[in-house]
Amino acid sequence: MPAFGVQSSVMENLISIRGLTVAFDGVPALRGIDLDVQPGEAVGLVGESGCGKSVTWLAALGLLPGHAAVGGSVRLGGQELLGAPAQTLDKVRGGRVAMIFQDPASALNPVIRVGRQVEEALRLHRGLTGAAARAEARRLFEQVGIPDPAGRLNSFAHEMSGGQNQRVMIAMALAGRPDLLIADEPTTALDATIQAQILDLLRRVQQDHGMALVLISHDLGVVADLCSKVGVMYAGRMIEDGSADQIFQSPSHPYTRGLLAALPEMIGPRRRLEAIQGAVPNPADMPPGCAFAPRCTQAGSDCDAGTPNLRRVAGGHRAACLRIAA
Amino acid sequence: MTALLRLDAVAKIYPGQRGLFHKSPDVRAVDGVSLVVEAGRTLGVVGESGCGKSTLGRLALGLERPSEGRVEFDGAAMPPPGSDAWRRLRARMQLVFQDPLGALDRRLTIARQIEEPLVIHGIGDAAARRARVAQLLIDVGLGENLAARHPHALSGGQRQRAVLARALATDPALLVCDEPVSALDVSIQAQVVNMLIDLQKARGIAMMFISHDLKVVRQVSDTVAVMYLGRIVEQGEADQVLAAPQHPYTRALVSAVPTPGRTARERIVLVGDPPNPAARPSGCAFHPRCPVAIAACAVETPILRAMPDGRSVACHLAQPNMDLAA
Repeated sequence: MPAFGVQSSVMENLISIRGLTVAFDGVPALRGIDLDVQPGEAVGLVGESGCGKSVTWLAALGLLPGHAAVGGSVRLGGQELLGAPAQTLDKVRGGRVAMIFQDPASALNPVIRVGRQVEEALRLHRGLTGAAARAEARRLFEQVGIPDPAGRLNSFAHEMSGGQNQRVMIAMALAGRPDLLIADEPTTALDATIQAQILDLLRRVQQDHGMALVLISHDLGVVADLCSKVGVMYAGRMIEDGSADQIFQSPSHPYTRGLLAALPEMIGPRRRLEAIQGAVPNPADMPPGCAFAPRCTQAGSDCDAGTPNLRRVAGGHRAACLRIAA
Repeated sequence: MTALLRLDAVAKIYPGQRGLFHKSPDVRAVDGVSLVVEAGRTLGVVGESGCGKSTLGRLALGLERPSEGRVEFDGAAMPPPGSDAWRRLRARMQLVFQDPLGALDRRLTIARQIEEPLVIHGIGDAAARRARVAQLLIDVGLGENLAARHPHALSGGQRQRAVLARALATDPALLVCDEPVSALDVSIQAQVVNMLIDLQKARGIAMMFISHDLKVVRQVSDTVAVMYLGRIVEQGEADQVLAAPQHPYTRALVSAVPTPGRTARERIVLVGDPPNPAARPSGCAFHPRCPVAIAACAVETPILRAMPDGRSVACHLAQPNMDLAA
């Protein structure tokens, strides 16, 4: 807690990740992630497949399979989550921290009516049963914009569209009154017009509930749309972080700049895309220094000497690149 | 400019299932579509899932016979699928799918797969085919060392390059690409998009580029057709249609494209899901979701009308020089 009288411009972190590492059968997938999420803020995590953006949160919530070796620290409030007993984690997951995924249809139980699944979450996390749970489930359905909420409680997942199923998942996530919602590619499987609906809904519930949001996406546009803070990951590390404006208006790391230049645009004259050459390194055979060096146009021999740490670019904006003037 | 591919009032109707007491309605997956792909030019086809864009691609290749209307390739009617004439034509038109691993035979080496169409169409002797495969590998930017590998030993981007090399083996005049880069990461997507544009220019191939990603479509297309529930709702030069869309659906699609750095912007969020093609709304199929629909829209199906600037729009409200949002 900040001392008495100290302006809480430095808010206490809701969740604080320090030095998080994950290895699958000895092959590193995460190589030391530091990340803070403050109450009520929307943080975006971007990066390409295999960069570790999803694994970070699966590890933090103890959702990885047994053969994954997890190290470091994840503190929620004052509570350490890594190595916490299953009972503690069960209360946290779906309670203080809720998670939604890319494919809502496979996250829902196909043989149980969606209303009962939301009621189950209400019973587990808020002790509501019977008519009270039913009424609350209905209210949640209404809140996430499901048409005919009372009728839809009795539907099965396969009777609803992808967008409606994702709304059910969001209702279920809200059932535990979470302080943090982790949304892992929540709109990737949805059509463009439905994606717009779900992004609007996420923004609204985040603001209404004062809930923190972590949005994991490969789509820089989706993250720019929703998040005020952004972290860019590459090959199991955070390589740049800062405010959304800093990352999208003045990206510093050559990888972030490359990602933005590789995106086709909707306005202005058409220009040839600037592709990043090569491909992501094999986790079992990483380059000696900076993992991006083999694809980087600015790399020199100094980049192979060691993995660069995040260094300050401007207030709150950091990048892990030797080319950034210290 | 010559029309390489011409579709004239083409419809594809899948008959509804007949039960003992009822018959479910026919599904008009593609309905009254007329379009032209000119030699060496690219037509982008956009729309959401179920709008019929993939069926349209199959009709264009003669893989499906139209229920109504006529498909012409190079000035002659498309021969029925499976006929000798159709088989000969197949060398001149090729298809590239979203999922390269599914399109490749896992048991064959990359070189064998690229050679296969040459064998099927009896092009060249063994030595000439080997030389052709080597050249194709260079053209799509795959190293010689990958020729002997199997698909699973390649990355997603490399596989899509291999699929493209195989499609180009017979020197086709028309390439139908169905979501060719949707499964690829941004940096790899840019590589493949650039390569597609280069190859197309160098070889003068005509392309039908089917995608839900408007940014990628804008990058590659000369002309664009926007589909909704089996019909074209707007069609014209890509720069016109995507920069200043006229149909309310195109407007919503364009405004739903998340773009980094464009945060405070007007987004049109449509209500509801795309309708079921088996339960087509009366009149204009888009009217239940349309923010500007008038009474006539529920009754009368708008036809595609030419606008002064050369594009066509199927909307009762689309008038020359009229702003729909006003």
